[in-house]
Amino acid sequence: MSPSRLTIHGLCAGYRRRRIIEALSVPTIEGGSVTALLGPNAAGKTTLLRALAGLLPMTGGLDLCGEDLTRLSASERASRVTYMPQSLPQRVALTVFEAVLAALRASPLAGMSPEDARAEAMRALDRLGIADLALSSLDELSGGQRQLASLAQAIVRSPQVLLLDEPTSALDLKHQHKVMALVEEVARERGIVAIIVLHDIALACRWCKRVMVFSKGTVVADGTPEEAVTPGVLADVYGVSARVERCSRGFLQVSVDGPA
Amino acid sequence: MTSRELPGNPEEGAGNARALIAGYDTRIKRRLFILAALAFALLAAFVLDLVTGPSSMSMGHALKGLFGLADLSLPQRIIIFDVRVPAALTAILVGAALSLAGAEMQTVLNNPLASPFTLGVSSAASLGAALALVLGLGIPGVPPDWIVSGNAFVFAFASVLLLQGMARARGAGVETLVLVGIAMVFTFNALVALVQFVASQDALQQLVFWTMGSLGRASWDKLAILALLLIILLPLSLRDAWKLTALRLGEDRARSFGINVVRLRFVSLLRVSLLAGTSVAFVGTIGFIGLVGPHIARLLVGEDHRFFLPTAVLTGALLMSLASALSKVLATGVVLPVGIMTALIGVPFFVFLIFTSRERA
Repeated sequence: MSPSRLTIHGLCAGYRRRRIIEALSVPTIEGGSVTALLGPNAAGKTTLLRALAGLLPMTGGLDLCGEDLTRLSASERASRVTYMPQSLPQRVALTVFEAVLAALRASPLAGMSPEDARAEAMRALDRLGIADLALSSLDELSGGQRQLASLAQAIVRSPQVLLLDEPTSALDLKHQHKVMALVEEVARERGIVAIIVLHDIALACRWCKRVMVFSKGTVVADGTPEEAVTPGVLADVYGVSARVERCSRGFLQVSVDGPA
Repeated sequence: MTSRELPGNPEEGAGNARALIAGYDTRIKRRLFILAALAFALLAAFVLDLVTGPSSMSMGHALKGLFGLADLSLPQRIIIFDVRVPAALTAILVGAALSLAGAEMQTVLNNPLASPFTLGVSSAASLGAALALVLGLGIPGVPPDWIVSGNAFVFAFASVLLLQGMARARGAGVETLVLVGIAMVFTFNALVALVQFVASQDALQQLVFWTMGSLGRASWDKLAILALLLIILLPLSLRDAWKLTALRLGEDRARSFGINVVRLRFVSLLRVSLLAGTSVAFVGTIGFIGLVGPHIARLLVGEDHRFFLPTAVLTGALLMSLASALSKVLATGVVLPVGIMTALIGVPFFVFLIFTSRERA
C-alpha cells in the first residue's frame, strides 16, 4: 500500500467572529510516519485539526492523494480522516467495548458485519493493552485509561489521515511512550498521515519524523526535529531560554533554563 | 521497545479476546432478559390496571371474568372492556411514548434533565388546551370534540419546533437549547396563569383537571393514533441507535465518525415532538415519565441505544400502567388524576434505583 499524502493550500479556518488560521499552506505531509504539531496554548493547533477533519468551516484546498477532501461529503471525508478529541466525555453509561464498537457501527458508510466489527474492536483494544477493560464502564476509567479507549476508537476506523489532539496529556510516562510507539507503528504499517498535537517537545522529538511549530495560526518552523526545534524557535514561540542537545542515545533533549 | 504488551503468546491473546467477546455476549443476553422481564411486568401491570377501579366489582371477580373463569354481567363487561381496557392501553402507550421521547431528548440535547415536561412541551400543550377550554380558541376546521387535543398538539409540536429553530440557529449549542426550553416552561406557565386569571369558575376547573393529566379521556380512535405513531417511530429511532450511541461520546467525535449530527438532532426532535405532542394532547400533562423512564432504563441496561431505547419504552409504559392502577386504589371510589400518581410512583422508585444500583447491566 503506498503511503497517503496530504497537502494543505491556503487554508483559512476559525470561528464565526474570529478567524484563527489565515491562508495556511504547508509542504506535503507524507504518510508512514508521525508529524507533531507543537505550539503554545491558543496557537490554533486544535483549530487546524478540526478544520482538517471538516468539523469547522474552512476555505482553501486539502488534497489527499490527489483527491480534494473539501469536495467530499461529510461521511466520505470521515471515512478517510479521523479526529480524536482530547478525551472521552464523562458520565456516559457505555462500556469501553461498546464505545469502540460505536466508532465502527455508527458510521453511515459502515459496511462491516457485526462479527467483523466486534473482532476489529477487540483487536484495537488488545493492541493498546486495554482488552481487560473492554467490559468496564467508561465512568470507571481513570483519565489515562479513557485516553487509551479514545485512541482505540480512532485507530479502529483505519483512516488515511489520523488527527490526534493531545492523546498523551493524561498518561503516565510509560503509557506516553507506548501510545507514541503505537501511533508510529500504525502510521508505518498502514502508510497513514498521522498528525499529533503535543505539548511534550521531548516526546515529539523522540517519535516524530517531522515537527511543525505553530504560533498565532501560522507555522513558524517545519522540518525534522533538528530543523524545527531550536533555541531560537523556542524563545520566539514559547518565550523561554532553552538548550537543545542530543543525548547519548542520539535523541534530542530540550532543557529549559527559564523565561527568555 | 515494543508497542504492544499483549499476553504471553498470540494464542493466549486470541483466547482472551474470545473470552471477552463471550463476556459481552453474556451482557447482551442479560439485557434481553431484562427486556423480557419488563415486558412480563408490564403485562402483569396491565392486568392489575384492568381489575382495579372504582366500581363495586371485586378484583378477584374481575380477574376471573377477564380470563373467562367467572360470568360477568353486561355492566361489568362494559366497565372492563369499554372503559378500563382503553384507559389501560392508553396508559401503556402514553408511558411508552413519553419515555421514548425523553430518552431521545436526553441524548440529542446531551442533558440528563431533558424531558418533554422539563423543556416546555407539556407547558406549551397546557397553553393550547387553556386557550381552547377558556377562550374557545381553536384551529379552524377541527371538530369540537378534538379542539382541546388539537390545540394541545399544535402548541406542543410548535414548542419543539421552536427548540429546533434554536438548534439550527448559528452558534446555538445544546446548553442554549436547554436554557431556551426552561425559559419556555416559565413563559408558557405564565401565559396559562394569565388565561386562568380571566377564566370562569367552570372553565378553570376543567383546565386544572386537564393539566393534572387523566386517562379518563381515553378512546379507541386516540389509542389507534398513538399506537400507529409508536409503530412507525420506534423502528426509526432504533435505526438511528448506533448514531445516538455515538453521539453520547461527544458531538465532535460523532461528526468525526461521519454522522450528520445536525440532521440526527433534527430528525430525533421531530420524533420527540410527535410523540410528546400527541401524548400530552390526549391525556394532559404527565410529568416525570419522560424524565424518570429513561433514567431507569439507563441504570438497567446502560446507553447502548439498541437496548436503551426499547428499555425506556418499557419502563415508561410500566410506570404509567402502575400509576394508573394505583390512582384507582388509593382512595375508594375515586380515580385520582394519573399525572399526580406518576410523580408519586416514579420519583421514589427512581431514588431507590439510584441508591441500590451498584453495577449497570
